Amino acid sequence: MPHSGSLATFAAAKKGGRSLPKYLNSLMRAAFLVFCMLITGWSVAQHGGHAAPDAADPALESRSEAAEFNAGKLIMGHIGDEHGWHIAGDLTLPLPVIIYDTQRGLKVFSSSRFEHGHAAYDGYLLQDGSIVAVDASGTVDKAATANIWDLSITKNVLTAVVVLFLVVLTFISVAKAYGRRAGQAPKGLQSLMEPIILFVRDDVAKGAIGEKKYESFMPFLLTVFFFILFANLLGLVPFFPGGANLTGNIAVTFTLALIVLLIVTFNGNRHYWGHILAMPGVPPWVLIILTPVEILGMFLKPFVLMIRLFANIAAGHIIAMSFFSLIFVFGATSAAAGYGVSVVSLLFTIFMFFLEILVAFIQAYVFAFLSALYIGAAVEESHEHKESLV
Amino acid sequence: MLLASLVEPAFGLIFWMTLSFGIAFFLLTKFAWKPILGALRERERSIEDAIGEAKKAREEVAAMKAGNEELLREARAERDQMMKEAREVRDREIAQAKDRAKAEADALLARAREDIRNEKNAALTEMRNQLGELSIQVAERILREKLGDQSAQQALLDKVLKESDLHLS
Repeated sequence: MPHSGSLATFAAAKKGGRSLPKYLNSLMRAAFLVFCMLITGWSVAQHGGHAAPDAADPALESRSEAAEFNAGKLIMGHIGDEHGWHIAGDLTLPLPVIIYDTQRGLKVFSSSRFEHGHAAYDGYLLQDGSIVAVDASGTVDKAATANIWDLSITKNVLTAVVVLFLVVLTFISVAKAYGRRAGQAPKGLQSLMEPIILFVRDDVAKGAIGEKKYESFMPFLLTVFFFILFANLLGLVPFFPGGANLTGNIAVTFTLALIVLLIVTFNGNRHYWGHILAMPGVPPWVLIILTPVEILGMFLKPFVLMIRLFANIAAGHIIAMSFFSLIFVFGATSAAAGYGVSVVSLLFTIFMFFLEILVAFIQAYVFAFLSALYIGAAVEESHEHKESLV
Repeated sequence: MLLASLVEPAFGLIFWMTLSFGIAFFLLTKFAWKPILGALRERERSIEDAIGEAKKAREEVAAMKAGNEELLREARAERDQMMKEAREVRDREIAQAKDRAKAEADALLARAREDIRNEKNAALTEMRNQLGELSIQVAERILREKLGDQSAQQALLDKVLKESDLHLS
């Protein structure tokens, strides 16, 4: 519990600091920040240190160099998915591995059986984060691997469930507050969420879809907005159960974008399909070019939604991790350089952290707003042509 | 290899994501979004109603105030009218009283003057009568003195005759 311990120390320092001059107070704050940095650095070092046993493994020795810090591996490991949730140091939360093998049926076992990719279990091995089938001698069987459907509860699946659970819990509690305080001014969590809900309703849904039809799309827009927002913010929390790169995972953004595509496709009216299949007022020979482009555009819009959210959040995580990695890259040359760079890295990371909080809100807004815009284009009745934003 | 896994959507995650998002969407729609949006709409409507009612009440008060002012103005005008009429009546009555008094005074004066004149005339007549009587008495006494003897009477008669003859001729 180094975090809570340092917080208590800090609180005590602050209380005692009341009688002290102002500069001493700020000095203590700086000391606290440095302390936090050292703890986080230690945690990252432990994480990065995982390269060492990998390298020591004789089977992988040819691929890895020495027991040195590998920033790329650390960062990719962080932003990717995991079959067990690595919390700190050697502490890893084992997660259930669920495999549907078309030959061998359903297999469920703990991810701890893989021993971080060092051991095969029941003919399966964890290799570079994905499960492969191996034969008795331990070599990868590519034909058998093709039969595997990996339905494991990974770190991101667990995070998605946690995020959705938080969203459901938060808004059912808010809904209860509305029931309990009917006709009264909002209070507490309710008053925190109400402006955001009103913003989604008035500026996103009403603005993009229109006064007449916005209502039936409100549940989806609110769910997707708050899911992305909560996931983005939870991704910024540096310790368990935060830190997972959920909205920076392409499978997650793919799912969200697919839902948008389905909503748009099933709600598209005559006007919408007319514009895609045969743009009115365009000569037939141009349609030969235009119609394929429009059909492509139909899929391109959700595709761009998927890429935008994924790239923004993943990039934020990569940058934050890169700044931390710098400390250990320099630390590998000399300890003094590592400590020197740590100050700069920390400042940049703090800056990035605030930027990412902003990005968390902006990306949730942008995803919800663009979804609403696509839905609006699919259901609009009037002939005024809205510019489609891609 | 690592980069490929980054941009390749994992089937398992899509599966669980779809399932959990679907369940959460259902729960949220049923137990959160509908009650919240309903409550917001309800509250907005009640606020709108309250504003409308307040506006109506304000208009009513304004109308009432205008009515009151109208009444007040009318009352004031009526009062002014009444005062004006009262003043006119008073003036008229004063004038009438004055006229009547003047007429009466005039009549009295005229009667007094008449009386005075009558008295004067009566006095004058009386005086004239007395004067005549006196002069007759004087004349009688003179005549009695002058014409006490026969000769004086004859002389006078002659003389008068003579004069009247002359006149006749």
